[in-house]
Amino acid sequence: MSASPSPPPDLVSSSPESAEAVREGLRRVGYLPGESTALVSYLSTKLGKPVLVEGPAGVGKTELAKALARFLGRELVRLQCYEGLDEAKALYEWNYRKQLLRIQAEPSGTGWDAVQEDIFGEEFLLSRPLMTAISSEQPVVLLIDEIDKTDQEFEAMLLEVLSDFQISIPELGMVRSRTHPIVLLTSNNSRELTEALKRRCLYLWLDYPELEHELEIVRLHAPELPETMARKLVEVVGMVRALDLKKPPSIAESIDWARALLLLGAEEIDAETFTETMSVIVKHRTDMDVVAERVGLKLGSPADVV
Amino acid sequence: MSSEHDLSSRLPLAARILELAEELRHEGVAVGTSELLDAFAVLGEISWTSQEDFREALAATLAKSQEDRRVFELVFERFFFRASEIAAARHGIHEQDAAGLEELSDDQLDALRAQIAAALRDGADGAMRDLARMAIAAFARRQEGSGVIGVDVQRIRRALGLRAEPQPELPAGDPRRDGVPREALRRFEALLRRELERAQIERTGSLPPARPLGELDRALPTGPLADLAAVHRVVAQLRRRLATQGLQARGHRRHAHVDVRRTMRASLQTGGVPVVLKFRPRRPRRPEIYVLCDVSTSVTSASVFFLSVLHALHDTFRKMRSFVFIERISEVTDIFEHERNFKAVSERIASDAGVADISGYTDYGRVWSEFLSDVEDDLHPRATVIVLGDARTNGRDPRADVFAQVAARAGRTFWLNPEPRLYWNYGDSVIAAYEQYCTAFECWTTAQLEDFVRALTRPAIAASR
Repeated sequence: MSASPSPPPDLVSSSPESAEAVREGLRRVGYLPGESTALVSYLSTKLGKPVLVEGPAGVGKTELAKALARFLGRELVRLQCYEGLDEAKALYEWNYRKQLLRIQAEPSGTGWDAVQEDIFGEEFLLSRPLMTAISSEQPVVLLIDEIDKTDQEFEAMLLEVLSDFQISIPELGMVRSRTHPIVLLTSNNSRELTEALKRRCLYLWLDYPELEHELEIVRLHAPELPETMARKLVEVVGMVRALDLKKPPSIAESIDWARALLLLGAEEIDAETFTETMSVIVKHRTDMDVVAERVGLKLGSPADVV
Repeated sequence: MSSEHDLSSRLPLAARILELAEELRHEGVAVGTSELLDAFAVLGEISWTSQEDFREALAATLAKSQEDRRVFELVFERFFFRASEIAAARHGIHEQDAAGLEELSDDQLDALRAQIAAALRDGADGAMRDLARMAIAAFARRQEGSGVIGVDVQRIRRALGLRAEPQPELPAGDPRRDGVPREALRRFEALLRRELERAQIERTGSLPPARPLGELDRALPTGPLADLAAVHRVVAQLRRRLATQGLQARGHRRHAHVDVRRTMRASLQTGGVPVVLKFRPRRPRRPEIYVLCDVSTSVTSASVFFLSVLHALHDTFRKMRSFVFIERISEVTDIFEHERNFKAVSERIASDAGVADISGYTDYGRVWSEFLSDVEDDLHPRATVIVLGDARTNGRDPRADVFAQVAARAGRTFWLNPEPRLYWNYGDSVIAAYEQYCTAFECWTTAQLEDFVRALTRPAIAASR
């Protein structure tokens, strides 16, 4: 799971030739993409268009960006969005302290122009994620996470960055990207994004995976878990998701659960083990009651299993 | 992406894509020119022989939300089905009559039934299409088709004994015994419909008129108002949105009061030079909300929806008082404050509120006067009154004058009516009498609820500025 900064060279492919190659590549770095996921990722590398990834929490939106970075051998630059995120936090900021020091260290008699020229140089610029992604020498993967948490104003600012890959700084002029970053924006759909932003992106809807697909994912991350148990686990998770919960279990949580079961040495998912380990996949007090009642019963007590 | 030569050689396809985009626009998907350009660029990158890739690539560029995506799927299916059928009809290509199906014996029919049921159970999509054609061929011979496709589909489904419910009377081992998966059954019916349409087009050599997508096709599988869970999810989303909107307002620094203390503290970073000015945060006044919710029988279907809205509003607004009414009014603020669980809330309202006194019919006139006497002293221009109800008075006096008094005292008054606007003021609906004192919204889908929420949150910010 952990993103190694420099993956072994044989995993890396700087420009994949087909959607199939992307699928294979993502698989090799430990991410099992769905049909459309691989295709859209491939198109985005080809066309240089940002991808807007939407879907419920915990279906691997962020993980996709990480996997792409690993697969393409690029650095991942991540901008985590939150309410009130502003340009200073996302683009760049002047390093006031350094500027001040610079001014104080100036021998007396230096002209204003010289100083001004000096202190608004790149040396005094603190670059934030967007700036880093654009000015990087090496092509990067830029992940703008949870874009729906920001205000509309911030979205508007992103437009310039996303369509032209450039940032204008009044004192310095235009900073253009030297390389073409791959941009992924993720959204949990808590707010409708603006048309203008959507227009610039390819759209990818990620949903909870099909049973077989999720089984494969769980098997990949917890290979020691016996096949039958993994299948049962995925089925149970599917049942839990079908209930009306505050927070349905994510893929990461089914993996966690698989690992927890391994750690406990459980041999069968019955009502007892389920109630004991349920807290791994269900994280709300009220949800737990619902799940215990609806799913726990279906599983039956160990005595019933003949 | 593609040179001029390329494009001209692809023109027939280009025209097709434009037609598809036009149909998408008709169904309400906003497809702009830039999206179309993207679509063409994308088509240069993928192989067209794989239908899956072709569709996914177009979808990624043309449909930019989950709802759009669903509409896209439907339109794409319909469009290319029709396009290929008409092309076939024009070129006079006919399918070979399914040979070897002259007369099926009962045994063979049973085998076919079992085969189809097994394919449905295992979700074998590839086999399903062939099986659908065999089923049609087999049953077309046995009985005359009715000519109406929808009827034929159901007839064939019944003849095959396919049902979503378990059929315990069948012998063990029959794949239909535990019921066929609903989703697979739906897909199979769609295939039957498709094959029947195909046959019809072939017979007549012309296309039936295109049918626009109905609300039903368009709705997501978990459509709003379908069940409480769905409503609740949407309301939860709404709550988040409401919460962020309040904060957004805080971000607008229209009038700025410098916070000297914080500015000085921040200036320590820059050696005492106040480089960064810190402003006093502007805290929007919390709106005070009074909600009146009709829980009578005429709005039964909507009241679950309304109660969950009420529930969500309670979580967001601190200063809020809620009332439910049928014939009389009853304050339920306490219930909402003490119960976090929605189910418990609705149960307690049903049992304790004591609103259905005598007849169980809404008496709006009485409700207004009781409400006014309850809260007269508390109502002030910053308060917002929201009424959830259908304004059906059962022939009683609407007492719009009392309602006018309420509206005059409160800053803003909104009415959410669960009936489509078409039915307003028909029968005993007297919404017109109230509408002159308040803003009335049609509200029976979550989208409409969102419109209302937008109206509710925005002016409140403007007013307090």
